[in-house]
Amino acid sequence: MAALNELTLAEARDGLRRGDFTSVELTQACLAAVEAARGLNAFTTVTSGRALTMARESDARRRAGTIGKIEGLPIAVKDLFAVQGVPTTACSHILDGFKPTYESTVTANLWREGGVMIGKTNMDEFAMGSSNETSHYGPVVNPWRRPGDNRPLVPGGSSGGSASAVAARLVPGATGTDTGGSIRQPAAFTGIVGLKPTYGRCSRWGIVAFASSLDQAGPMARTVRDAAILLGAMAGFDGKDSTSVEAPVPDYEQALTGDVRGLTIGIPAEYRVEGMPAEIAALWEQGIAWLEQHGAQVTEIRLPHTKYALPAYYIVAPAEASSNLARYDGVRFGLRVAGENLDQLYENTRAQGFGREVRRRILIGTYVLSAGYYDAYYLKAQQVRTLIAEDFRKAFATVDAILTPTTPTAAFAQQERLSDPIAMYLNDVLTVPANMAGIPGLSVPAGVSKEGLPLGLQVLGKPFDEATVLRVGHTIEQAARASLAPTPWWRS
Amino acid sequence: MSLDKATVARIAKLARIAVPESELESLAGELSGILTWIEQLNEVNTSGVEPMTSAVAMTLRMREDRVTDGGDPEKVLANAPERTDTFFVVPKVVE
Repeated sequence: MAALNELTLAEARDGLRRGDFTSVELTQACLAAVEAARGLNAFTTVTSGRALTMARESDARRRAGTIGKIEGLPIAVKDLFAVQGVPTTACSHILDGFKPTYESTVTANLWREGGVMIGKTNMDEFAMGSSNETSHYGPVVNPWRRPGDNRPLVPGGSSGGSASAVAARLVPGATGTDTGGSIRQPAAFTGIVGLKPTYGRCSRWGIVAFASSLDQAGPMARTVRDAAILLGAMAGFDGKDSTSVEAPVPDYEQALTGDVRGLTIGIPAEYRVEGMPAEIAALWEQGIAWLEQHGAQVTEIRLPHTKYALPAYYIVAPAEASSNLARYDGVRFGLRVAGENLDQLYENTRAQGFGREVRRRILIGTYVLSAGYYDAYYLKAQQVRTLIAEDFRKAFATVDAILTPTTPTAAFAQQERLSDPIAMYLNDVLTVPANMAGIPGLSVPAGVSKEGLPLGLQVLGKPFDEATVLRVGHTIEQAARASLAPTPWWRS
Repeated sequence: MSLDKATVARIAKLARIAVPESELESLAGELSGILTWIEQLNEVNTSGVEPMTSAVAMTLRMREDRVTDGGDPEKVLANAPERTDTFFVVPKVVE
């Protein structure tokens, strides 16, 4: 049998049910794997003591016959979710020492369903980045390397720590958040599955806010089945989030029928972005062929405003961020840098507390919202957003799901793109439209690049139709049989 | 759109972020680059288009107007960098 930390969520769940091992044994295996992988820098905090306590409690519940959806399963939490009593940093210097006195709804749901918390994962500061290089706690390393090349690759971002931890078999599942691609892009770069649910599916309460109209929490795991299991435990209505949707959570695992006959899959020509490498285009063609072989109808669709999603995003997201991040003032929590008066205290705290990319986005956001510019920028961007959502609405009148690549390239090396913000932003060109329209999107590993690095395909679906997205993703996963595991060079 | 140093200084002041004089020039360049790239949105005809106000079609819920939480100053102050009794402490603001 595989080492316990290498089991998928479904395998571990079934093993626990059969009594092959206990949650304590499973948790110990994950903690040991985390310890041996310090070099990946995937975690900001490892909560070993809490994990073992939670695992013991889970084993006791199992003996008593009360079992939650993810009973006894080890989960890592992106360091953007407030966990009571555990440092919650958003990987920013400005949240130094902050320990929430409350629990985010998503993590509360996970623990209620029996999840065991392994620790908090590293990420781009305030989830702003696509390479995990903006973290105050240093970059995360991708467990994948180019053959014959030891240079560290980025895991993508912003949920890069969660992606690395899952890809390296340190934990079977982790939470992420996705504002413009922060679950799907790192999932693609590390060869795992990542799902951004429909806006409103998972509560945002207790998640450090970046751009409130775009942020959405979702699962990261190694199989589509695992993503379905984890989403089922994370999702649900929450009265504390005014945009949380009051709708029942289906059994997503039941959607994985392996049968896509009768489904119509749209292929948007506009996603063939300029300069897309031939291998990405070929992977996309392969994905189309797999779905056709399994009996789906494939049809060309038009999403004419696609190219404007990314520039519109870089108005909406910084604008909302500049507003959300106004709360970090050095007065109520986190870092305080002294000043002669209150204004200087604010200015010094925020200058030292925020990193370069966060400062850049706050300034852009402040500018586009400032007097005289609101209509030209923010209003215009929200109008473009209406057009993007309208494109999808029209497309979904004739198709059940949409298939695209997740990213325009495979993972790149650290430092390679840091100097050019726009080149970095272009990572998200294929993922951002789903956030702008609020629709669900899944990245599923579908193959490898000519350099041997994982590549992902993206499935987009109708609002609240995660079930169809997972079903289509599952079929691609089965056809690709891309059981992608990096060589464990990092083990110490 | 090209931002000059004075505009960057004004935005930084609005955002309450101290930016040293020596960094204004390079920051103006970076921000101008991003804003120029964003201006491709001007190609889109948006006349008569309603701006999006909600990412998914929903009506915001109403709830009874009553207190549901609070009354726990110790929790609120637990992370305060500086406090006295049940107050946050800041530099003097009123002369």
